[in-house]
Amino acid sequence: MTAPSSAGPLLEVRDLIKHYHSTGLFRASAPAVRAVDGVSFDVGRGETLALVGESGCGKSSVGRTILRLQEPTSGSAVFEGIDLFPLDRAELRRLRRRMQIIFQDPYSSLNPRMTVGAAVAEGLEIHRLAPPKEIPDRVAALFEEVGLDPSYAGRYPHEFSGGQRQRIGIARALAVQPSFIVCDEPVSALDVSVQAQVLNLLSDLQRDRGLSYLFIAHDLAVVRQIARRVAVMYLGRIVEEAPTEPLLAEPRHPYTVALLSAVPEPDPTLRRSRIVLRGDLPSPSNPPAGCPFHPRCFHPRKDQRCVSEVPRLRPVGVTSAACHYAEETPRQDAP
Amino acid sequence: MTVLLEPLRRAWRTPRGRAGVLVLLAIAVVVIFSPPLLPDPLAQPDPIGGASLAPSIAHPFGTDQLSRDVLSRVAVGGRVSLAVAIIAVGLSITLGALVGLVAGYWGGLVDAALMRLVDAALAVPRLFLLLLVLAMSERVPVWALVLLIGATGWFGTSRIVRAEVLRLREESYVRASEALGASRRRVIFRHLLPNTLGPLLVAATLGVGDVILLEAGLSFLGLGIQPPAPSWGGMILDAREVLVTAPWAGLFPGAAIVLTVLSANLVGDAVRDAVDPRAA
Amino acid sequence: MTRVLEVENLRVSFPDGSGRRFRPVDGVTFTLDRGETMALVGESGCGKSLTSLALLRLIPPPGRIEPDSSIRLGGTDVLGLEGNALRQIRGRRIGMIFQDPMTSLNPVLRVGDQIGEGIRAHFPVSKAEARERSLRLLQEVGIPDPGSRLDAYPHELSGGMRQRVMIAIALAAEPEILVADEPTTALDVTVQAQILEVLDRLRSSRGMAVLLITHDLGIVAGRADRVAVMYAGQIVEEAPTARLFANPSHPYTQGLFASVPRIRGPARRLTPIPGSVPPATAWPSGCRFRPRCLKAFDKCVMEPPLLPIEPGHRARCWLAETPR
Repeated sequence: MTAPSSAGPLLEVRDLIKHYHSTGLFRASAPAVRAVDGVSFDVGRGETLALVGESGCGKSSVGRTILRLQEPTSGSAVFEGIDLFPLDRAELRRLRRRMQIIFQDPYSSLNPRMTVGAAVAEGLEIHRLAPPKEIPDRVAALFEEVGLDPSYAGRYPHEFSGGQRQRIGIARALAVQPSFIVCDEPVSALDVSVQAQVLNLLSDLQRDRGLSYLFIAHDLAVVRQIARRVAVMYLGRIVEEAPTEPLLAEPRHPYTVALLSAVPEPDPTLRRSRIVLRGDLPSPSNPPAGCPFHPRCFHPRKDQRCVSEVPRLRPVGVTSAACHYAEETPRQDAP
Repeated sequence: MTVLLEPLRRAWRTPRGRAGVLVLLAIAVVVIFSPPLLPDPLAQPDPIGGASLAPSIAHPFGTDQLSRDVLSRVAVGGRVSLAVAIIAVGLSITLGALVGLVAGYWGGLVDAALMRLVDAALAVPRLFLLLLVLAMSERVPVWALVLLIGATGWFGTSRIVRAEVLRLREESYVRASEALGASRRRVIFRHLLPNTLGPLLVAATLGVGDVILLEAGLSFLGLGIQPPAPSWGGMILDAREVLVTAPWAGLFPGAAIVLTVLSANLVGDAVRDAVDPRAA
Repeated sequence: MTRVLEVENLRVSFPDGSGRRFRPVDGVTFTLDRGETMALVGESGCGKSLTSLALLRLIPPPGRIEPDSSIRLGGTDVLGLEGNALRQIRGRRIGMIFQDPMTSLNPVLRVGDQIGEGIRAHFPVSKAEARERSLRLLQEVGIPDPGSRLDAYPHELSGGMRQRVMIAIALAAEPEILVADEPTTALDVTVQAQILEVLDRLRSSRGMAVLLITHDLGIVAGRADRVAVMYAGQIVEEAPTARLFANPSHPYTQGLFASVPRIRGPARRLTPIPGSVPPATAWPSGCRFRPRCLKAFDKCVMEPPLLPIEPGHRARCWLAETPR
């Protein structure tokens, strides 16, 4: 694991596992959905770690489980030196101030029956961070910080565009002055030009407030704008982790290679052989034996070992990759 | 409160909704304001000569076999019927909402226990239960009747509310609130309840119609509002004897029931269409 | 080059609640030749989806296509058709695939039946023959083990599979033109690559014309012969793909390029376009991009027409008049 900051990482996650069990009469016959299957990483102070992967890889579950919006199956998450999982509700509530979340869907992330000012103020009320008289001023300051006109505080969510709603969600998270924010696909539902605005906002806020982000996304190009380190997930596991530029330049895990190859680049002169993965993503309730990627893997060195032995994440040059033959992963076209 | 006004406003825009609201308002106005202007509903001023008179200017709805003015009995009886309906429905909605919210949000054993209770209660026909309790008691005061009706009418509402809560629970803004550290109480009352008001309003408006019919039926069987206090159902009971000679004695209270229930249902339907998220 | 589609001055209007009508599609003109792929690019609210619906006369009431619009399919005037004649072109001459395969497929019908329905609506064949053709279509769109998939229900298939089924349905009546409205937006990027590969293959094997509607410039780059960029109900720039990418001339197009994050090239801070997309109910006067344009000058209060930049390349901007 790359060790980020000198003062010790803000967040240390070890062997996080989250399995969903189906409820009901037929519980015994249905296998558990292994959404997160042993994930470990660090996030340093003031830095952004991106968690990248496609649907079903478990990245959103990681974010929610760390914040205990869902209870983990096992593993640990140590935040600012405190182990989060054993905490009781009261202690957890106190810590909630320090770690927040912003969501993907701007349309369901705000209560349609509440004014946006009230939504942003909620954190201040819950934790009594300001006397009631001061709250409107604090809300106005937050609105300005995210680039919204403070006079809009009395309006309802449906009066705002998707990009504006995302800003409101950011303001809500910032209100309690967290040191860490889980950004769960915050720009995926936005148009290109709005996406750029929100990404810049998140960068600026990080710089101004010293925030750390766990940035969950499926788009590597977006991630490049904001994250200095990237962890690629597949079927509940991290298959590669590295600083962003080296990962994009020289990926070592075949899945990362395929992922990069699939990203459409706005450059028609680029001639490249695209790697198109065959087949479908296996079901997370029934992952393949051995390396989870082996059924779709195109690595020339793929062999019996890949079917029987689960590769562990190990350093390979500047990255860490969970592939038995990472040293020999075929290179793609140079950037 | 804008939450409640919005669906009502939208219901108003449809022709049927508007008709329903106007009729209900008219009934309410008559029932609230006219009794002081009308003869005493209990008085039997002229039991021999004044009985079973056809509608006339002096008695717009005629008189019944005891020479009581039918119009004033309909008006005063309406007061009781509407009051019973509104209060009982208010009680049912409150109970149903509370149970639905708690069951839906808490989940687990609490949810299971509450829902099994509801299932058991729903298995018993409401009318039979009421008949049983009322028949076994001596004179049942009106407030007890209201409580009884209200206490037996919340089961369906709780299921509806619970279903809404299960859906709302997954919305990002609820999770955001939890992430901010909101207590369960805060989430229920600030986030879940306001967003379930739509279905609750529908249940309330349709419920009023149901309760009016129920109370009328009970009074008709002699188990509801006790004579001599006038009630629509009771008036129909009395009118059986003179169905041929003085049909107006039963016609007008019957029409009042039909009109009230019909308009309550029209309003309820219009509100339901207005609240339907797909139509939003 | 056979011209298969000619759209001229397409305008779609909707009532705005106060008695007037607004036009989310406001004067769109383009052509499509056989075997050509044209991309219609724009963000939400620019009118691109409505444009594609208009081609099939699928604009939901109370919206309507304005009378001075013209849509010609080969020699046929689409706007003059009614009833059966109209149904004949839907699917048979123009096929359409939509963005979200989950809601575009009927969840209670088997996949094979849905494809078969499309076939039998246009060809007088037996059920057995339709099934046979459906099987071949599934093969053509690259679904493995198509025999067993014919009897599957949509929810039993993955997102990528469903989208392939949608393509198969669209192809069932062998249309000359395929309209693909954001066909890969709801899909993961690796699945997206698979679907785009299917579309490429079909395009060359069947010689279809494709109208690709998307907001993703990356998809356009490798696949379209020509691009038209839409903003506020109008086409603001059109060019052969290579020229658009090499020489984007409309400030909006330039702004889009500056705000798209890329994997290749040096890492740089994005330059978003200031402001936000205007609502269709209130298009700005003059040049519609003027409120957000950093290069706006006095002439921009007049609405510009499409002006030539270079052969085959036009932009709706007064700056095109000044030689670069």
